[in-house]
Amino acid sequence: MTTSKAVAWEPVTAQAIIDELKSKPGALLPILHAIQDRFSYIPDEAVSLIAQSLKLTRAEVHGVISFYHHFRTHQPGRHVVEVCRAEACQAQGSRALEAHAKASLGVDYHQTTDDRNITLEPVYCLGNCSCGPSIRVGDQIHADVDAARFDEIVEGLKTDRVEIM
Amino acid sequence: MTYRIHVPSDTTAKARGADRIARLIEIVAQEHNVDVEVRRNGTRGLYWIEPLVEVDTDAGRYGFGPVKEGDIESLFAAEFYKGNVDHPLAVGLVEEIPYLKRQERFTFSRLGITDPVSLEDYQANDGFKGLKNAIKLSSQEIVDAVKESGLRGRGGAAFPTGIKWQTVLDVESPKNQKYIVCNADEGDSGTFADRLVMECDPFMLIEGMTIAGLAVGATQGYIYCRSEYPLSIENLNSAIQSAYDNNLLGADIQGSGKHFDLEVRMGAGAYICGEETSLLESLEGKRGLVRAKPPLPAIVGLFGQPTVVNNVLSLAAVPFILDKGAKAYADMGIGRSRGTLPFQVAGNVKFGGLVELAFGPTLNELMFDFGGGTRSGRPLRAVQVGGPLGAYLHEGQWDTPLGYEEFSQKEAVLGHGGVVMFDDTVDMSEQARFSMEFCVAESCGKCTPCRIGSTRGVEVIDRIREGKNVEANMELLSDLCETMLDGSLCAMGGMTPFPVQSAMKHFTEDFVTNAAAATQAKEV
Repeated sequence: MTTSKAVAWEPVTAQAIIDELKSKPGALLPILHAIQDRFSYIPDEAVSLIAQSLKLTRAEVHGVISFYHHFRTHQPGRHVVEVCRAEACQAQGSRALEAHAKASLGVDYHQTTDDRNITLEPVYCLGNCSCGPSIRVGDQIHADVDAARFDEIVEGLKTDRVEIM
Repeated sequence: MTYRIHVPSDTTAKARGADRIARLIEIVAQEHNVDVEVRRNGTRGLYWIEPLVEVDTDAGRYGFGPVKEGDIESLFAAEFYKGNVDHPLAVGLVEEIPYLKRQERFTFSRLGITDPVSLEDYQANDGFKGLKNAIKLSSQEIVDAVKESGLRGRGGAAFPTGIKWQTVLDVESPKNQKYIVCNADEGDSGTFADRLVMECDPFMLIEGMTIAGLAVGATQGYIYCRSEYPLSIENLNSAIQSAYDNNLLGADIQGSGKHFDLEVRMGAGAYICGEETSLLESLEGKRGLVRAKPPLPAIVGLFGQPTVVNNVLSLAAVPFILDKGAKAYADMGIGRSRGTLPFQVAGNVKFGGLVELAFGPTLNELMFDFGGGTRSGRPLRAVQVGGPLGAYLHEGQWDTPLGYEEFSQKEAVLGHGGVVMFDDTVDMSEQARFSMEFCVAESCGKCTPCRIGSTRGVEVIDRIREGKNVEANMELLSDLCETMLDGSLCAMGGMTPFPVQSAMKHFTEDFVTNAAAATQAKEV
């Protein structure tokens, strides 16, 4: 997810999100998604609110957050770039792309560039397996990404372009 | 006159620029004073020619692809919107393209033809006919039809769908609540058929799940879709809303007195949640730890109630069976593999895409007659079928007919029908290492062989690749694979050894060569 639509942490908003969803059966994942969508990550303060509202311990909520790769407990950069590591992309050269991504951004997976612009994450399959290597930026998936194309995409993230769309 | 133009809108077409193409066609049409109506269809699944722009004509749809931004002007100059014109990107009548014409699209009959979220399009193309028939039948009659069709679980385990449904139909629910859960956690690399159902024909899944609900007496359904598929979730939600608005979901479906509710839930990036019991835990809002079986989810499933857990493709096959008849489905295929399987040709492939065929042709036919060999043009060397837990097949095995039993005889799995091709630059010891590494990342951690075995597996393979005690370590790796196979709680740990063992057995030279090179480097 990109964080451009995300807002700063507000307990009142968080509680409203929780209250809206808490009566669903198995509400924890939908709540965690909604919180992360809104604030770009799940802050510690949210864990307490969720635990209280769902009558769980904080440890239980933390256990669920830490189980799933998608949830994060620290604020990411303005953009999250996910590079597919799975086999179909490997067959098209994704190992070289991974190395290039890390070297050109100067970060490893799960890290954010110094200017807080890009967080690099691995992902295991984006379902674009006939046209790899694939990366995801926000909800946009890019096909046939080699080193040059990667640089182009990253360059486009440095400034807020006016999209034709 | 208004020319109708279709521009695909699935993830891959978009990833190749389809949204901008659609917009540009509208803009340039205005500049040229041409009256066009741009519609967004799904995709035909012929990915090497995406974005494939199609034009309605009396003879059928003419196609142009792959269209890039720079092609728009020349397309308009050639008046492409008239259909049958001369242009380097012209592919002729789309339905006459051999890749498409030679397929048996039972499940994917509407793929790329309709606007995915248009109920009108769906109904104009046989949509909801299966449900209409099912409403007139008893639960047992629906279950019998699915049994008779020979449909087996398309997620990979190939368990007969009708028998699973019979179990859920027969068992009493303590709380008078049964569930239909759709496993849409399509995490296998090389697969995208579930995604295509959800993005390009979501009503088909809604219809299949509703029929399943009628068959077993379940009134609530959940689609557990992976978070990596944002467009699937968007289109499903849109289609579900439209189904509710048109009395095709809810309390009294089409005045039949039948009740079925449906909701999409998003996964959170855990491959293990594709395992059905882990998925149920996740739906309940917990860590996705695998449950021990028995009890089967059919008896004690979601929230402790009887639950059908089926893959997207299994449920998507059901409307066809109830519409065209169980026999029409069962007539296709070989042996105990009945009907069709939507294969997905991926990785290093020239003509990648979706190939729905009746079971029976060989892997070679799929990879060469359809796939056209590797995209790199180098010799094909190894093929992984059935996702990251599937074996790597070597050249001597490529004549295997595509059928469940035919593949198990070769110590391989057909799984979800994903075929990932690798050329001769692949290092199979590196692939084996990745299989173990993937298991480290994705194991739920409940059982020791999977949690610890995979970590040890990475270490042992590293030692082999470094040339340390190669013979002894190869033996140790074999032992470790056996332990994981026999001792793991579910298929994650139990099948991770398949790609590793197949790499060791059929591509031994990659392990030895690496080892020898490493030793030599040290001596120098």
